[in-house]
Amino acid sequence: MTDHKKRIPTQHIIGFFLSITLTLVAAWAALQSDLSVRWIIIGIMALAIIQAGIQLFMFMHVVEPESQGGHIPWNMMFHGGVLATILVAGSLFTMSFGFSHDHDGDGHNQQEQQEEHSEMEDSTEHSGH
Amino acid sequence: MQLDEFFVTGEPLIYAGMVSIALVTISILFFLTYYKKWGWLWREWLTTVDHKKIGIMYILSALAMLFRGGVDAMMMRTQLAFPNMNFLNAQHYDEIFTTHGTVMIIFMAMPFLIGLMNFVVPLQIGARDVAFPYLNALSFWSFLFGAMLFNISFVIGGSPDAGWTSYTPLAGAAMSPGPGQNFYLLGLQLSGIGTLATGINFMVTILKMRAPKMRMFQMPIFTWSTLITSFIIVFAFPILTVALALMTLDRVFGAQFFTLTGEGMPMMWANLFWMWGHPEVYIVILPAFGIFSEVISAFARKQLFGYKAMVWAIILIAGLSFLVWVHHFFTMGAGAFVNSVFSISTMLIAVPTGVKIFNWLGTLYKSKINNTVAMMWALAFIPSFVIGGVTGVMLGMASADYQFHNTYFLVAHFHYVLIAGTVFACFSGLVFWYPKMFGHKLNERLGRWSFWFFVIGFHVCFFPQYFVGLDGMPRRVFTIIPEWMPLNVISTVGAFGMGAGFAIFVFTILYSYRYSEREKTGDSWDNGRTLEWATPTPVPFYNFATLPHIDSQDAYVKLKQEGKTTFEEDKVEPIHMPSNTGQPFIMMAFMFIAGFGLVFEWMWMAIGGLLAVFVMMVIRSFDYDEGFHVEVDEIKRTERSARRL
Amino acid sequence: MSSHELKTGPLEYRTEEGRLTILGFWIFLGAEIVLFATLFATYAVLFGRTADAPSPGELFEAKTLMIMTFMLLTSSFTCGIAIHEMRRGSVKGLRNWMIVTLLLGLGFLGFEIYEFIHYAHEGATLQSSAYWSSFFTLAGTHGLHVTLGIGWVTLLLIQLTQRGLTPKTSRKFFVIGLYWHFLDVVWIFIFTSVYLIGMVV
Repeated sequence: MTDHKKRIPTQHIIGFFLSITLTLVAAWAALQSDLSVRWIIIGIMALAIIQAGIQLFMFMHVVEPESQGGHIPWNMMFHGGVLATILVAGSLFTMSFGFSHDHDGDGHNQQEQQEEHSEMEDSTEHSGH
Repeated sequence: MQLDEFFVTGEPLIYAGMVSIALVTISILFFLTYYKKWGWLWREWLTTVDHKKIGIMYILSALAMLFRGGVDAMMMRTQLAFPNMNFLNAQHYDEIFTTHGTVMIIFMAMPFLIGLMNFVVPLQIGARDVAFPYLNALSFWSFLFGAMLFNISFVIGGSPDAGWTSYTPLAGAAMSPGPGQNFYLLGLQLSGIGTLATGINFMVTILKMRAPKMRMFQMPIFTWSTLITSFIIVFAFPILTVALALMTLDRVFGAQFFTLTGEGMPMMWANLFWMWGHPEVYIVILPAFGIFSEVISAFARKQLFGYKAMVWAIILIAGLSFLVWVHHFFTMGAGAFVNSVFSISTMLIAVPTGVKIFNWLGTLYKSKINNTVAMMWALAFIPSFVIGGVTGVMLGMASADYQFHNTYFLVAHFHYVLIAGTVFACFSGLVFWYPKMFGHKLNERLGRWSFWFFVIGFHVCFFPQYFVGLDGMPRRVFTIIPEWMPLNVISTVGAFGMGAGFAIFVFTILYSYRYSEREKTGDSWDNGRTLEWATPTPVPFYNFATLPHIDSQDAYVKLKQEGKTTFEEDKVEPIHMPSNTGQPFIMMAFMFIAGFGLVFEWMWMAIGGLLAVFVMMVIRSFDYDEGFHVEVDEIKRTERSARRL
Repeated sequence: MSSHELKTGPLEYRTEEGRLTILGFWIFLGAEIVLFATLFATYAVLFGRTADAPSPGELFEAKTLMIMTFMLLTSSFTCGIAIHEMRRGSVKGLRNWMIVTLLLGLGFLGFEIYEFIHYAHEGATLQSSAYWSSFFTLAGTHGLHVTLGIGWVTLLLIQLTQRGLTPKTSRKFFVIGLYWHFLDVVWIFIFTSVYLIGMVV
């Protein structure tokens, strides 16, 4: 990486083949394999993170010596990743009450369940009297 | 569109506002023309990239915004003093509490602190400007045009009226049609861009442009707090950018993010808003902590007690600030588990904050306190802020929050932290660094009057609100019931006390401009500890003729002991400086036009404005201006006259 | 601000201005991560809220998706080669590989526009439901970034012809290189969590 006069950019070529391969593996896992949905999601998200790492380290040279070991760039990327996790996981965690009752994305279903819910509230009110 | 739809009509108060805006504008234009100051304005201010001048412009704009927000506040307090007041109607009251909150947070507190950062931080670390001076000017103009866009709403088109939090679905197109809410979205969007740029700028400046050999743990504490604030800005502001953009898509382009139709989710707005909003609270409080630390250590004439603990406390607070956002909407119904998690993380914040309180007390302990006005603001901050902090922990307990939520108890709490924290710090910092900025001190006697009026007024205003809140008075109501009257009357009296304090402060500025003695040395208070006091007053535009090597905390104390200055004649070299440019001003003026077009959903205007912005960007891309060099002779001349050698 | 120029190392790092700008851009990319993460969070929360519009599984096509992905991955690779050539001091290499990158980017954009129009015909638009609002905003923001990147590269290619390789032009190319790779990173996550998961669930 330090030798900029090198004619063949070995690292880029390796990185490129790795990213193509990982993409194909992810597509295969999602579309062709018979893994369960949970494992597909975990697997392909892990592959995506590896690919992001390839881009960062093999293409963007996040830690090259010219940027003083990439101390600050690396820090920004790391904390950006932490923040991204907080944002996505935190929103899902906090907002989970909002979509627990329409998991199959059907509006009518949601309505029915809400009606059911209010009926239940009504009945508890009645029993309270 | 008819003219009477374009302008807001039918309110005597707003007509008065229009007349006063017209009068002020005409008199400014007259003054500039009569004294032939247009060229001066353009050359010295509108095109400047000097961090000191940009800082001063930030502070002046922030003071103007403090006036605007303060007038809003006093109007609200007048309306609430007695039951069935007819001073403001419900609609007008809603608009005023919305603009009061937005103006104070976005256009007063942040710009005031960013102004102080701009002026002070490069001087504190021994830099000649910020890392990206052009971008710095861009930041300022985006803030100012954003503020203008937001502020014209009260005479053109109508103000937003959904609260500064702008919760959906109330703020959505279905329930708040018209341009009002769009002013909120685009005014904030425009100024938010500038804030993000400021964050990047200061991070690079502090990380890379410190004086030779100055280590991170030798930086003044205000610089530390600026660095960490910038870090929060970089990671929090994009969330606001996206949230505002999504609501703009909802309102202008018919998207369904926060709507009640199309399976939209109004609660998601609250979630995104507070994911930015809570870090935002720390963006306005951490620099304030930094200012108090500087002022307390200068006037206690001691090194700051527990410097490292202080730094780590700031870092910890910054980290926790991203993990507590749900405490703003405990009552939304996220459930006991979610609320418990965020209740605990909220209460954890009290720990590092407590550490800082003890550090300030430790610094004061057994010191010889120099009781200046700046120090008085800092001393008043500690107990007042503790009251605000303790009630904050009360609010942080999710189950108890169901009782406090949206009452005046909450209103009292956040005014106790934001006024006693941020506003006191702005006053303290401005008084402290004023001689460095303008070459003369603010009159101390008048300063004391304004201090006592403001601080007593503040407690009289907000302390009763805790109790009226516990009595059940909700926030954002425009009329009160008789049971709440006594405490509300007291509160209103206090609000006018604060108004008097501010008026005296402004008078102090004018009075001191005429009568104060001009500064002869750079070290105005005789006990400056950090590098900004090593420069002569007025500060030369290149700041430092030669850069001192730093090997200790409180660098200037060491320099004074060794008899060194920042002007070592034999070491002077030509200094490279950036050239002035009008591009940032023009670019952001076009951005303002684009924003205004989008507010009224006039797409031709929005697209035209954006195209003009792109043209300005292309011009910038092809601009290879390298700045200029200040020659050794000129530096020596400037320094000799400034230092009276 | 010193204007001392180093005599060794890559051109883009030789002036202080270059070093500061590159660092500033990394910090900006940190902000961009958060920007896209917010869009991803919105997408995740609104997932499944399609109302009366078609579901993503009915509309997403594996073939178009794979073509787009390979185009963008390849463009990221050619962009890396361009920067590699720049560091070898080859103006021609930089220019040619950058043009290839540009064309691949345009191709990607063409497919994306085609895809959006196709979805609109099937009844999935920005206005049709919360889910589709968040989909078009997330993918559209990425597309907008690619568009801006293409415009930016074009400007830089003109400047390269005018001025050749200087510390300033090479700094500009280095920065756009970072930007382009970053867009690829974002696309990888859109590919995975929007398209693949959308087709699976």
